[in-house]
Amino acid sequence: MRFLSVLVLFFLAQLASAQLTIEITKGVDNPTRIAVVPIGWSGSRPLDEDISKIVAANLERSGQFAPVPRSNMLSFPSSEADVFYRDWRVMGTEYLLIGNIEQRDGRYYAVYELFDVLGQRKLISGGRVDGSAEQLRDIAHHISDKVYESITGIRGAFSTQIVYVEAFQNAGRPDNYRLMLADADGARPRILLESEQPLLSPAWSPDGRSVAYVSFETTRPAVFIQNLATGQREQLTDFSGLNGAPAFSPDGQKLALVLSKDGNPEIYSLDLRSRELTRLTNHYAIDTEPSWNADGSGIVFTSNRGGKPQIYQVTLATGRVERLTFDGEYNARGRVSRDGRTLVMVHQRNGVFHIAAQDLKTGDLRILTETNLDESPTIAPNGAMLLYATRFGGKGILAAVSLDAGTRYRLPSKQGDVREPAWSPFFN
Amino acid sequence: MLESLLGRRFLIERNYLTQLLKINNFRSESIMITKVLKQGLSVAFVLAFLAGCSSTSTTDDSDAAGSGGVSTGTASGGSLGSSDGSSESQQALETIVYFDFDQAVLLPATRSLLLAHAERLRNSSDNVRLEGHADERGSREYNMALGERRANAVRDFLVLQGVNRSSLEVVSYGEERPLQTGSNESAYSKNRRVEIKY
Repeated sequence: MRFLSVLVLFFLAQLASAQLTIEITKGVDNPTRIAVVPIGWSGSRPLDEDISKIVAANLERSGQFAPVPRSNMLSFPSSEADVFYRDWRVMGTEYLLIGNIEQRDGRYYAVYELFDVLGQRKLISGGRVDGSAEQLRDIAHHISDKVYESITGIRGAFSTQIVYVEAFQNAGRPDNYRLMLADADGARPRILLESEQPLLSPAWSPDGRSVAYVSFETTRPAVFIQNLATGQREQLTDFSGLNGAPAFSPDGQKLALVLSKDGNPEIYSLDLRSRELTRLTNHYAIDTEPSWNADGSGIVFTSNRGGKPQIYQVTLATGRVERLTFDGEYNARGRVSRDGRTLVMVHQRNGVFHIAAQDLKTGDLRILTETNLDESPTIAPNGAMLLYATRFGGKGILAAVSLDAGTRYRLPSKQGDVREPAWSPFFN
Repeated sequence: MLESLLGRRFLIERNYLTQLLKINNFRSESIMITKVLKQGLSVAFVLAFLAGCSSTSTTDDSDAAGSGGVSTGTASGGSLGSSDGSSESQQALETIVYFDFDQAVLLPATRSLLLAHAERLRNSSDNVRLEGHADERGSREYNMALGERRANAVRDFLVLQGVNRSSLEVVSYGEERPLQTGSNESAYSKNRRVEIKY
């Protein structure tokens, strides 16, 4: 029994360090130099979160920014009156972010300003955001979003979240699968569901309120939907054979999925209100991994109808099927970017499985990753980065790459195998 | 995990038994069989006990749907114990059929094994679960479909050989439950499989 309690203690200790940590492996060649000055705070004890550090880390992770180290800063201004452009210009700083945070009645109120050092002008004046003590990280992510958008012109996705699956498969213990929810930077991981049977294929609803996924808890695969706020869950399918690969339509009304109830894996669309099921493919080969195109007019899917897995698209209005990928012997699990221009997928070349992106207009295919056994690409809602699962150091980990392949980072886990990432939509 | 662990344990013991059958006479065999089964079952109890302890003490979500996994494990252990009375030579049948990468076609080398299973199933009322698996390469849901294809191939073969279709249940686990971990061909070749579970 003592042996057992030691095991349990060990396990709990591991839980405490469950967070994914970021390791940036490649950034753009000439990242923009930005100084994120420690936020002004006059409280008696330090804030629970270092807001400026989180902002700097967010910007650095995007690959497009090189934050100036605090130790190099000549001053820590928190208001415009204390900003001397020359001090920042001599260090080669291009942008300067300052701010101040106050606490009133248990709520935190932040004000921030962004300066273009070379142009000597204010890009954000009197930006405001407030939140509870538990939302200090959210405040930091909000400021990061505004700064990123102001400088790059692209909406920031630092306030978004990810779901993923963490698996523990150790001899002598039952398997343990966890559906996890975390901030986009891997912080604040929470368990959404825990099971001894496999969990896979999580997918966000477009309103960001629920996730659908596949669970084997009934000893067979079934598609479930779970509300993130309430934890309430519902089993949507219980057909014989495959019940898998759920994907919400852009309007959130339908769920595409794979069923083999008629003897063969086919793509279906489930109307979430009427619960009416429509079969979309009809072929004796494997049809799986549906994903809606940007405007919801069609569904891309993986099929081996040509002998090897390739990505096809079915147009819903006509039922017409066309093949999208021709480069390579194995292309699977396609996802279309929100602007409808790019298809990302698992692509095999010389026996190595990479993530690749194909321009849907020109058909040009480009390999984005340098790792092996890459799978499950999921694009950030702003289309700048994608997350995917790979193996590193003998373990399953998440990694990210920008859609132009210029930036890469890893989110290694200290414990289980991490896989099946799904990047949330914007929440507002 | 518990289930597959037990499965592996019994598998090793079955292979051991096959060798014993060749060497020893019938009388000493049956003693050995009971011995080995007893050992196997005691291991099963210890593992089940461990599983019970760890799952109650580490599950912090009351919603967690863990019980399904444990009950599957114990059910398969039980059915192995109850097959005591039947002929021992059938006990020693290999229960895993292997496949090539991205293929669901039965390999010629597996034919005699499948014929033996068909023979056994024709003469019994056992319900069998055919669990299809894939190696870790490629995408997960495609592998899920591939695993089902493999299990279907085994099912169709058995049905052609006169086995009652309704006694065969097909479930695919895709690449979710590797028999052997590791990112190399040796592990991959063992993971591309269908397990015949009595």
